[in-house]
Amino acid sequence: MMNLLLDDLPALQVMLPLLCAPLCFILRIKGLPWLIAFVTSILTFAVSFMLFNQVADGDILSYAMGGWAPPWGIEYRVDRLNSFFMLLISGIGVVALLFARKSVDSEIIACKQSIFYSAFMLCLAGLLGILITGDAFNVFVFLEISALSSYVLISFGQDRRALTATFQYLIMGTIGATMILIGLGFMYMMTGTLNMADLATRLPEVMNTNTIRTAFAFIVIGASIKLALFPLHIWLPNAYSYAPSVVTVFLAATSTKVALYVLLRFVFTVFGAEFAFGEMPLQHILMFMAVLAVLTGSLCAVFQTNIKHVLAYSSIGQIGYMVIGVALLTTTGLAAGILHVFNHAIMKACLFLAIGCVYYRHGSARIEDFKGIGKTMPWTMAAFVIGGLGLIGMPLTVGFISKWYLVIAAMEQGAIGAITISIILIGSLLAVAYVWRIVEVAYFNEPTKEKAQIKEAPLALLIPTWIMALATIYFGIKTDFSVIAATNAATTLMGAK
Amino acid sequence: MDTIAGLFNYWIVIVLMMIGFYVVIADSNLIKKIIGLNIFQTSVFILYISVAKIDGGAAPILEDGITNYVNPLPHVLILTAIVVGIATTALGLALIVRIKEAYNTIEEDEIHEKDGTL
Repeated sequence: MMNLLLDDLPALQVMLPLLCAPLCFILRIKGLPWLIAFVTSILTFAVSFMLFNQVADGDILSYAMGGWAPPWGIEYRVDRLNSFFMLLISGIGVVALLFARKSVDSEIIACKQSIFYSAFMLCLAGLLGILITGDAFNVFVFLEISALSSYVLISFGQDRRALTATFQYLIMGTIGATMILIGLGFMYMMTGTLNMADLATRLPEVMNTNTIRTAFAFIVIGASIKLALFPLHIWLPNAYSYAPSVVTVFLAATSTKVALYVLLRFVFTVFGAEFAFGEMPLQHILMFMAVLAVLTGSLCAVFQTNIKHVLAYSSIGQIGYMVIGVALLTTTGLAAGILHVFNHAIMKACLFLAIGCVYYRHGSARIEDFKGIGKTMPWTMAAFVIGGLGLIGMPLTVGFISKWYLVIAAMEQGAIGAITISIILIGSLLAVAYVWRIVEVAYFNEPTKEKAQIKEAPLALLIPTWIMALATIYFGIKTDFSVIAATNAATTLMGAK
Repeated sequence: MDTIAGLFNYWIVIVLMMIGFYVVIADSNLIKKIIGLNIFQTSVFILYISVAKIDGGAAPILEDGITNYVNPLPHVLILTAIVVGIATTALGLALIVRIKEAYNTIEEDEIHEKDGTL
C-alpha cells in the first residue's frame, strides 16, 4: 500500500488539493473547510518535499498519467527545476493557510468561506499542475484552472475596486492564456505532438519556418502577460492591492513565479536556448524589458500611498531582477534568477503577511495607518522591517544573497554586465526610498489618538508572519540549500537544450 | 488563388481574432468586452479545427477500408478549451453583475470616474 502511494507521488501532488477543493465546498461546517485545506496543504508540502529529495541527484522522474505511455498520454515529469518550484509553492501555501484562519474570518463573511477555501485549493492545484506536467497542452489547462480560481479569490476583496481589478485581470489573463494556446496550436501543426520532451526532439527539423517563429512569439508574449513583465504588468498592482490579505500573500509569492517557470520551460526545454537566443532576439528584448521593469516598478513604488500598492509595484521591479538573471544567458545568471524567485517569494510573503496583520487591526493599509505603528504593533513592524531590508538587499537577508549572485553573474559579461550592475544598484537605492518612507512613518510619527489603543496583532497571525521573517534571515545566512538547489535547477535547464 | 481560397479558414481566423481583440481593447462596455473576448477565443478554436482537416479524410472511426482520416485530437483539445472559455465567460458575467450592483454602471469610463482613477 505504502509503495503504491509512493509510486504515485507525482499524481498525488496535484490530486490532493484538487480533490480537497470540492470537499471544502461540500462540508460547510464552521471551521471545517479551513481545517481540510490546511491539512491538505501540509500533505501537499510533504509530497513535494519527497519529490524534491527523489530527484535531488539529477534523476528525472517520469509518470504516465492513467498508464498511457508518453508521448501519447499526459506525462508528469519531475526534475530538479520544477521540484524546487513545487517545494516553494506548496510551502507558501502552508504558511498562507496558517495565516488564513483568523484573517479570512475578519475579511470574508462566514457563509462564503467554504467557497473561498475551495477556490484556494483549486488555485494551488492549478499552480502545482503547471509545474509538474510534461505536456504542453496540459500547461494551458492548469494555467486556466489557477487563473480562474485566482479571479474568484481576488474578487473576495472588501473594496469594490476588487471587482474592477479582477475584471481587468480576467481580460488580460485570458488573452495571455489564449496566446499560449495559439502558440501550442502552431507547434502541434508542425510536429504533431504536445509532449514537451517529444516537442524538443521534433522541433529542430522544422525550426526554420515562420510558423514556429510565430508560435515562439505567441508563447513568449502570453507567458509575459502572466508574468507581469513590464509593460504587460497593468493588471498586477490593483489585483494585489484589493484582494483579501491572505490572497495577496499567496498570489504575490506564487503566481508570477509559476509564470516565469512557464517561460523558462518553453524557452529552454522546448525551443532550446540556441533557437530562442540565437535566431530570435529574445535576449535583447528580455534584458530591455527587465531593466525598464526594475526602474519603473521601483520608481512607481516610491509614490504610492497604499502600502499594498507600494509592494505590488516593487514586485514588478523584483520580477525585473529575475528576468535580468535569465537574460544574462549563463548558468550563473539563470541560477541567480531562480534563486531570486525563491528569495523574493519568501520576503514578499513576509511583507504581505505583516501588512495583513496591520489590515486586521486597522481595516486598511494606507500610509496614514502606519503612523506610530512601531509602538502599537512592534512585532508586526519588526517583521515588516526584516522583509523590507530583504527588498533593499541588506546583508544577512535573502535579498542580499540573490543580488550578490546576480552581480557575480553580471560581472562575467563585460559591458552589458556593467550596465546591469548599475541598474541593480539604482533599483536597490529606490527600494531604500520606498521602504524607508514606511519605516519612518511607523517609528518616528506618533500614533493618532484613536489609533493609539490598537493592540498588537493576535498570535495566530504573528506566527506565520514570523515564520517568513525568520526564513528571510535563515536563508540569508545559511545559503547552501537555496543556492545549491537553484544552481542545480539552472544546470538542468541549460543542459536540456 | 491558393493563398486566398486555399487558406480561407485561416483568413477567417485572423479577421475574427482581430475583431475580437479590437472590441476588447476599444469598447468601454464590460459586456461587449466579454463578447469580444469570446470572439477572440472562438477564432482560436477554428484555427485548431482547421489544422485537423485532411483533404478527403473520413471520420476517424476504426473500420475496414478507412486509411485516410481526419485527426481527432485537435477537436478533443478544443472541447477542453471551449469549457475553459465558457467558465471564463460565466465568471466574467458574474463579475459584471456585481460591478453593476456596486457601481450602478457597466461602462468602464464611468467606473473610473466614480473611483476617481484615471
